[in-house]
Amino acid sequence: MSEMHSPSDATSSNPSTENRRGFLFAAGSTLMAIGGVLVAAPIIGAAVAPGILPEKDQWISLGAVTNWVPDTTVLIKFSNPGGAPDDGITRENACYVRCMEAGKFQVFAVNCAHLGCPVEWFSQSRLFMCPCHGGVYYEDGSRASGPPPRGLFEFAWRIQDGMLEIFSGRLPGLQEGT
Amino acid sequence: MSRIDLKHTALQGVRWLDDRTGILWVLRHSMFHRVPISAKWWYVFGSATMMFFMVQVASGIVLAMFYAPSAAQAYDSLVYINEQVPCGWMLRAIHGWSSNAMCLMMLVHLSQVFLHGTYKYPRELTWLFGVGLCIATLGLAFTGQIMRWDADAYWGLGIGAAIVDRMPIVGNEMRAVMLGGTQISGATLSRFFALHVFILPGLTVTLIGLHLYSVLRKGISEMPVAGEVVDPQTYEKAYEARVHKTGVPFYPDAARRDMVFCGAALIVLVGIAAWYGPMGPGALPDPTIIEASPRPDGMFLWIFAALALLPPGSETFLLLVGPPVGIALLAALPFISPRGERAPSRRPLSVLIFCLIATGLGVLTWLGMVSPWSPVMNAWTSTPIAPEFVAHRSPLELQGALEFQFAQCRNCHAIGGTGGMRGPDLTNVATRLSWDQLVRQIQQGGGNMPAYGKTLSSAETHALAAFLTTLDGGSLRAAIPGAMESQTARDAMPTSTNVPPSRSGD
Ligand code: FES
Repeated sequence: MSEMHSPSDATSSNPSTENRRGFLFAAGSTLMAIGGVLVAAPIIGAAVAPGILPEKDQWISLGAVTNWVPDTTVLIKFSNPGGAPDDGITRENACYVRCMEAGKFQVFAVNCAHLGCPVEWFSQSRLFMCPCHGGVYYEDGSRASGPPPRGLFEFAWRIQDGMLEIFSGRLPGLQEGT
Repeated sequence: MSRIDLKHTALQGVRWLDDRTGILWVLRHSMFHRVPISAKWWYVFGSATMMFFMVQVASGIVLAMFYAPSAAQAYDSLVYINEQVPCGWMLRAIHGWSSNAMCLMMLVHLSQVFLHGTYKYPRELTWLFGVGLCIATLGLAFTGQIMRWDADAYWGLGIGAAIVDRMPIVGNEMRAVMLGGTQISGATLSRFFALHVFILPGLTVTLIGLHLYSVLRKGISEMPVAGEVVDPQTYEKAYEARVHKTGVPFYPDAARRDMVFCGAALIVLVGIAAWYGPMGPGALPDPTIIEASPRPDGMFLWIFAALALLPPGSETFLLLVGPPVGIALLAALPFISPRGERAPSRRPLSVLIFCLIATGLGVLTWLGMVSPWSPVMNAWTSTPIAPEFVAHRSPLELQGALEFQFAQCRNCHAIGGTGGMRGPDLTNVATRLSWDQLVRQIQQGGGNMPAYGKTLSSAETHALAAFLTTLDGGSLRAAIPGAMESQTARDAMPTSTNVPPSRSGD
């Protein structure tokens, strides 16, 4: 019973008590802050990691160079590098390969340069048309009409051991500068 | 046990509960708080919005028992719910249509609050939490559409990603955070799933709590009366005095109308859900199927239309600055206009703004449904030219008609009312353009038409122009039996009789 503090004790301004309270409060705040940051780091880190550590593009083979007939444009399918099994059908991707002459190519993303809808190739009129807002591109990918601010996105390509390869992995966008 | 004992025990139970929880105080200040007598049918829409949210929570929890939030399985699990799970199709139908109903009720509620000036002093915070709820509801609707994981969801994400990507400096990083990587993939669906079932519902519940709390604290507004101005100096005292004198308890007096409306709305919901069934899933979310024509759900069609119609030069600016400015203006409303008249008849500017916004959204939604700017991608193979436009044509002109189909002109141009609407209807083109103008337009394009100079040979262009010059409206006359004769007769008349009577006296 003798150890019980009366209410007046709790509010007494004895300097040593005052110091102890101040210290406890400071220690408490510091510990809470450190603990909070330690817990928050992995939580926020995992959520924003894809933005800070973007995946790199990779060379992807589209098949033997001899597959392409000069003066044609064809839709070629490929799988995204670095895809997860859980991606299902969205792991698949496509691009348009335009073969101008043997060994000379242009490879376009299917995504419209306006807002990414899938453009469709019409070999008769030699135009790519976008179903969303009516963007149209010529066969060399340059903008013909509609809202797109630029021509179709192009992938870098190379011929390696007789195979046509493109440098890809990312969804093309205006900021990619491709 | 006698009845007296029973009553006594029950009372004791209530007293015990009240002592431990304070429930009676809470009920007195919520269920039984006094509301203005004038709060009648205009006040049911907020309750209906909340009721549909509760339907969403209940149906959503059960859907989550069957839905597989994995890009590899989501589509199949939706088909499974539609076709195998008992009542599954109805569960999905209710969840989908109740989402539309929730958005609709929210918009009506928002409009009523705006038009009645209810947001004014002292209900600024009620309005602010309401604006938050509006954003959360639209967020739920958008992320819900992604849960369907079909072609529309996939390309809708692509459009969202492309907009985010346009942000200066951080656009690419923000897009990666949004997609959970550099592609639309399984990680993207997982992210949107977390948003749709954890983050946004949690936010919505919190905001509903705050919204209701502020309604209770500052009271339900009365119906506006012209001439009764809101003056922060006197408003609250006068309001409380009025409610004290003439107010009625929320339950059961005001709640009756809520119950009637919400009950009827639920029955209509079930009827619509049973009649129209679940929404999708549509085509497979296969990025290699190019023949997709992505369209968002009704609630977002106006954005889809705006994206087609914004001037390209200022598009990025408007896309990135428009939404935050719009939201900021909405949030600032009670601080811009905290006092004064509440009656719509005395606030012509507010009514005008409302009408402009409502008409704008309505027209954009309608345009989004028609989307005249989109080429009809399969018109060139699926929409033949009607016989009257090819009858009695020379071989060269017929060759031109073939060019018209095979060069996909049809995807953008209608003849006789069928075909795309991207470019002008060509039914009467020969009455507008001369031979030279036709050839130049085909070869050089312009005015949103691509140039066909490199695609068509000069012989093909010649044939096409020859066909187009036959489209002078004459073929339409031939299409109406007997009309040709009378037209010929009219053509044969002397020119002087064609002069209108008013001018004959000149
Ligand atoms: S996305 Fe292709 S025109 Fe808009």
